[in-house]
Amino acid sequence: MAVLMMNCKTLYYLTITTLVSVLTACNDSDKLSLSERSIIYCSEGSPETFNPQLSTSGTTSDATSKQLYNALIVYKGKNNTLAPSLARSWHVTEDGKKVTFYLRKDVSFHQTNYFTPTRLFNADDVLFSFNRILDNNHPFHNVSGGQYPFFESVRFSELVEKIEKINDFTVRFILKRSDSSFLANLATDFSIILSAEYAKQLQHQQTKHELDIFPIGTGPFKLKDYRVGSLIRFYRHDSYWQGKAKIEQLVYDISPEKRNRLTKLLAKECDVSSYPIAHEKITERDDLTLESITSLNVGYFGFNTQKKPFDNKLVRQAISLAINKQAIIDTVYQGQAARAKSLLPETSWAFDNKTPELGYDPQKAKALLSLAGYAQGFTMDIWAIPVQRAYNPNAVTMAKLIQADLRKIGVTVKIITYEWSTFLRRLSLGEHQSFLLGWTADHPDPDNFFTPILSCSASESGNNRTFWCNKEYDKLLEKALKTTRVKERKEYYAKAMMIINEEMPLLPIAHSKRFQGRGNDVKGNILESFGGISFYNVSKKPLNSKVGNVILPEITDKASN
Amino acid sequence: MLKFTFRRLSLFVFTMLVLTLLSFSLSFLFPGDTVINHSGQINATPTELVQLNKAYQMDKGLFTQYVAYVSHILSGDFGQSMASQSPIRDEIIELLPATIELSLVALLVAMLIGIPLGFIAAINHNKVSDNAILSMAMLGYSIPVFWLGLLAILVFSIGLGWLPSAGQISLLFEIELVTGIQFIDILLSDSPYKWQAFSDASAHIILPACVVALAPATIFIRLSRAAMIEVLATSYIRAARAKGLSFKQIIFRHAIRNALIQIIRHVGLQFANLVTLAMVTEVIFSWPGIGRWLIESIAQRDYTAIQSGLLVLSCFIFIIHILTDFIYAALNPLARGNKYGS
Repeated sequence: MAVLMMNCKTLYYLTITTLVSVLTACNDSDKLSLSERSIIYCSEGSPETFNPQLSTSGTTSDATSKQLYNALIVYKGKNNTLAPSLARSWHVTEDGKKVTFYLRKDVSFHQTNYFTPTRLFNADDVLFSFNRILDNNHPFHNVSGGQYPFFESVRFSELVEKIEKINDFTVRFILKRSDSSFLANLATDFSIILSAEYAKQLQHQQTKHELDIFPIGTGPFKLKDYRVGSLIRFYRHDSYWQGKAKIEQLVYDISPEKRNRLTKLLAKECDVSSYPIAHEKITERDDLTLESITSLNVGYFGFNTQKKPFDNKLVRQAISLAINKQAIIDTVYQGQAARAKSLLPETSWAFDNKTPELGYDPQKAKALLSLAGYAQGFTMDIWAIPVQRAYNPNAVTMAKLIQADLRKIGVTVKIITYEWSTFLRRLSLGEHQSFLLGWTADHPDPDNFFTPILSCSASESGNNRTFWCNKEYDKLLEKALKTTRVKERKEYYAKAMMIINEEMPLLPIAHSKRFQGRGNDVKGNILESFGGISFYNVSKKPLNSKVGNVILPEITDKASN
Repeated sequence: MLKFTFRRLSLFVFTMLVLTLLSFSLSFLFPGDTVINHSGQINATPTELVQLNKAYQMDKGLFTQYVAYVSHILSGDFGQSMASQSPIRDEIIELLPATIELSLVALLVAMLIGIPLGFIAAINHNKVSDNAILSMAMLGYSIPVFWLGLLAILVFSIGLGWLPSAGQISLLFEIELVTGIQFIDILLSDSPYKWQAFSDASAHIILPACVVALAPATIFIRLSRAAMIEVLATSYIRAARAKGLSFKQIIFRHAIRNALIQIIRHVGLQFANLVTLAMVTEVIFSWPGIGRWLIESIAQRDYTAIQSGLLVLSCFIFIIHILTDFIYAALNPLARGNKYGS
């Protein structure tokens, strides 16, 4: 019994002393230096795959494209001009049908515990990466489902006739027709380069599906560890061709709960947080920064033009006139978005300032309704997306605001929402009358707004849920793609916007900004000018000047040493 | 002692029988196909379904079905999680240790705070300090754990920035999963940042453990106070005092030891309460334990996971009860005569 007592007593003191030492250890300088060389990013979800070719979800490309891979060319600078990346330079022939890329000769792939490269990047890797998408008989085409949504949406396989290897470091794309958005498509986050050597190894081991699960790329970081729904751990790629990144470790802390992300940011458990809520709370703290970028997206209110009463142009115009967009922007976006004048954001080079905007005019709306034969009003449904998106942070609230606006002109609104995948499926079947949806551009080319959202081809298979099909509009888009002269293209797109304004298949509401919260000790650009994120340029300022002297073991990857 | 052990074991077997019966019948009560609820294979192909029906003897009588179900469980096959489609066994093995760790630390904190305070209250029976401690205990007992957890995060993580608010350890540290109990895994690992990881893990456990510990601590205060008052009123204490022993000697050598025995009995009972509190706390502090997993499974209508999770948790709590019974019996010979499980 005495022994028991003694234990109790010593335990008591022991615990007290540990507690005290632990509390003080939090400020230990050693800890800082590990966190100083690492970044924790609180991301909003798990990636579906580690190959951005296979998915258009922003979460997936955020976690993979700029971290693990490189594309042949990239967008650089404020004006989004094309710049070399894995291709040193490129050349387009006069007729626009042959595009030749001259590749870099000093690019190495990741070395991990599942793959050790024996050669540098060359033309075979480019051929492999794109033939996988183009060639239905390619051994890797059907691995991981055989769906390449981005490339299908831009009709890549209809555009590219074949890809030729001129020599080890020269590749030529032969196109069926000239297309001014082709280079833009190659510069997206989806057109990344995989390793052909790694694929060959996997084919040999008969584990082809691992290509998209255990990624190998040329990017500044390599995958170390992934736990579904919990974390992604990247290590620095030491022989990155642009020089190694400043941080050694990059951890994605997957926290889908937005309050959780905010808490972690405020408690400094993550250095950078995606899509934060409570913006004032972050701005009022002097150790945190809130940054934003107007992304190329649009949130819109679309009408099913195949269904009554929205097959009538006048009804569409009336409803559009009756909606107070500014109120929506103040409430749903909390003022953190630009009011959409047209489908295309004003930041795009193709935006024509003369494009008129449909205002807020309930009187005129009522007049138009009676002209259309609906003087007594009618009942309609609005389908609101069940998920939070940058282009529409709260669709149900938006639907309620629209409901209140339309009540004033005698239209009764029912709000309908389904679980996300069901929603999309039923939407594609055309069961809706009107819907709240949006679009995030994959690249800054204006065509990326006009064709996928409203063209006839998109109404058959793609994203055009208004089922609106206008031959004149499609012709304009086609002409705009054929020419490479910027001024001409701008004119065509201005005309296209005029048609949308007149026909009103949808009402553009807002172009939202993408927000990000970060600690002030995190330096360097993370948000790319349109959409994506990259951690290559990020570094951390030491919080404590004493730390500099402490020499610590490097974070080492056992497999690579 | 042999008889005592045998009684406890038979009690265990029968309770497990009832528990498995309950979890077996849940498969019938939940919506959907019974065999899919058993196995969690929502995407089973027709041929797989035939195999499953055979494995769970679905074409035979209820009793045979039950036997097949129990034999699956005994061989460690709890089926698949309907949500993640990975074996529930693996998920439980990964998550249960985290809950055990949190509960044990919380229990320790509750005992270290509650028992001494209760003794102090008893020694100063009916004085100001007694009343103060009792009313504090009442207050602490009345605070709901979900509110306290949020408040603790608001004050200590966001406001003061002293302690982290979520998770078991900073994600920067890579600790290999060996036992699942974080502190042991850290000590076993060969990471160069071992001690940083250790202090980081300790900082992470303080808030959730204290939040979980509050309610049990107040119960320990009351239990130990009652036990101490009882012991102090016994004749052997009076005899010791009459012999001229000092106050210190009486308390430390006689009173505390005898009072502690009474309390140990209740530790087991408190553990069930503690695990319940830990489940809610795990959600608030994003603690990767089985409680959070179970609550998520309920939200996702993952019937197989709910069923197996309940079974494993109740089995675990029952084992703790039996263990404390044994400890109590080992310390107090009088209890060994107890014929029925208590």
